[in-house]
Amino acid sequence: MSDDKTKTLKKLPLDSWHRSLGARMVPFAGYEMPVQFEGVMAEHLWTRENAGLFDVSHMGQVQLDGEGAADALEAIVPGNISALGAGKIRYTLLLAKDGGILDDLMVTNTGRNLYLVVNGATKHDDIAYFNAQLPSDVALSHMEDSALLALQGPKAAEALAKLNISPMQPDWPVPTDLYFMEAGPFMWGDIPLGISRSGYTGEDGFEISVPAEHAEKLAVALCALEEVKAIGLGARDSLRLEAGLPLYGHDMDADVLPVEANLNFALSKARREEGNFAGAEQVLAQYPDKADKKRVGLFVNGRQPIREGASVVDADGNSIGAVTSGGFSPTLQKPIAMAYVPTVLAETGTEITVEQRGKAISCTVADMPFVPHNYHRKPKL
Amino acid sequence: MSRYYTDEHEWVDVEGETATVGITDYAQEQLGDIVFVETPETGAELAQGDDAAVVESVKAASDVYAAVSGTVVEVNDALEDEPALVNSSAEEDGWFFRVTLSDKSELDDLMDEKAYKAFVDGL
Repeated sequence: MSDDKTKTLKKLPLDSWHRSLGARMVPFAGYEMPVQFEGVMAEHLWTRENAGLFDVSHMGQVQLDGEGAADALEAIVPGNISALGAGKIRYTLLLAKDGGILDDLMVTNTGRNLYLVVNGATKHDDIAYFNAQLPSDVALSHMEDSALLALQGPKAAEALAKLNISPMQPDWPVPTDLYFMEAGPFMWGDIPLGISRSGYTGEDGFEISVPAEHAEKLAVALCALEEVKAIGLGARDSLRLEAGLPLYGHDMDADVLPVEANLNFALSKARREEGNFAGAEQVLAQYPDKADKKRVGLFVNGRQPIREGASVVDADGNSIGAVTSGGFSPTLQKPIAMAYVPTVLAETGTEITVEQRGKAISCTVADMPFVPHNYHRKPKL
Repeated sequence: MSRYYTDEHEWVDVEGETATVGITDYAQEQLGDIVFVETPETGAELAQGDDAAVVESVKAASDVYAAVSGTVVEVNDALEDEPALVNSSAEEDGWFFRVTLSDKSELDDLMDEKAYKAFVDGL
């Protein structure tokens, strides 16, 4: 239990608040993070039915200022950033020169600049890569004094509406007017908030960037609402797995190309045609379905979960793939997983075998998400 | 009947030559919601320290080591349908398996309840 590494781990702005709620803290992405409060199962189900508050302040918040920011970023991501309207968010991938995935990230066009949210474990490498790539007229600032809270669940909007958060300008929309993948600047009293309608649980919800010194006040106010409870990293992981959302460093990494990771949607049409992003040659050679392997969802035929690191094997027991995330789905009450399998075996319904601790476990390739997304999408006209 | 404990958070109830093994309430609390227990096969010969069972929570799998050497004579079939018994009754209904002890002297190295409690308090 005691771990010498905890001495070098950083503390989140809400560290003492988490501990006061009885959180069990674990090392993650260089921080001491709350893995659970009352229990992963209860917290997971609470978020699917009500609203959960997640402290994701370990993630990197970065702003890119300068007229050439979007074009410069497009050199290393395959998303159509220059076409992103003000107040819109896009999910994209940070690519190495060989097309390997260095990170996945959210990019918001704030209207003034680009606001990026990157993974905690990769943020320092990402920033070094940005700094090496971006021209001198694009300024990067790492918002190390900002916390990031995610409010997720079907009652997230109902809860957030109770907080009297006002738009930066009187005639701008309030937070609950935002649709999925939209964002804006707001004020809560005299505290500035950047709020986006986004998240990584598959539920409706918001991500709120708040100055670190005010984070606890906001967390306390949200958790005082009957809809909201503090939720740990454990449930965040099981929620995103049910939602079919890949976790960087597990379900994809620098050795994986976007098509292999089943992230074709992140390769925008305009950018495919331009073909001028890092690794475009390698990435587009696989597009849309010419990769040898592919990330798929798996249902386990039985009750025993399969875990990251288990092998996908052929009839002779040779390893032909690997499980990259696996656990028990609290919503479905059965084990689910993500794995890389040969593309010929990637079709939904295909039976495959996973070997774990010397035991063969039968699985079936499944459609993702495992649990339907519940996003507040803008109605299509 | 005497109850022994290990520093791997297992309990061992000994009655004559038979020992019943499970994980402690402290262990289930640490593991969280238990969703599957892989018990050993009846007839398996376990040496002390061998992998004997696997207990799976929502998030992770944990090995349960054989607290004592012996031959498995019975496993708790109730765990197949209701693994959460380990959470609700870790030290009674949530037992894992029974063995016929092959070396009772191994028990000398295990803790009694008082020593285990002191061990847990020190964690």
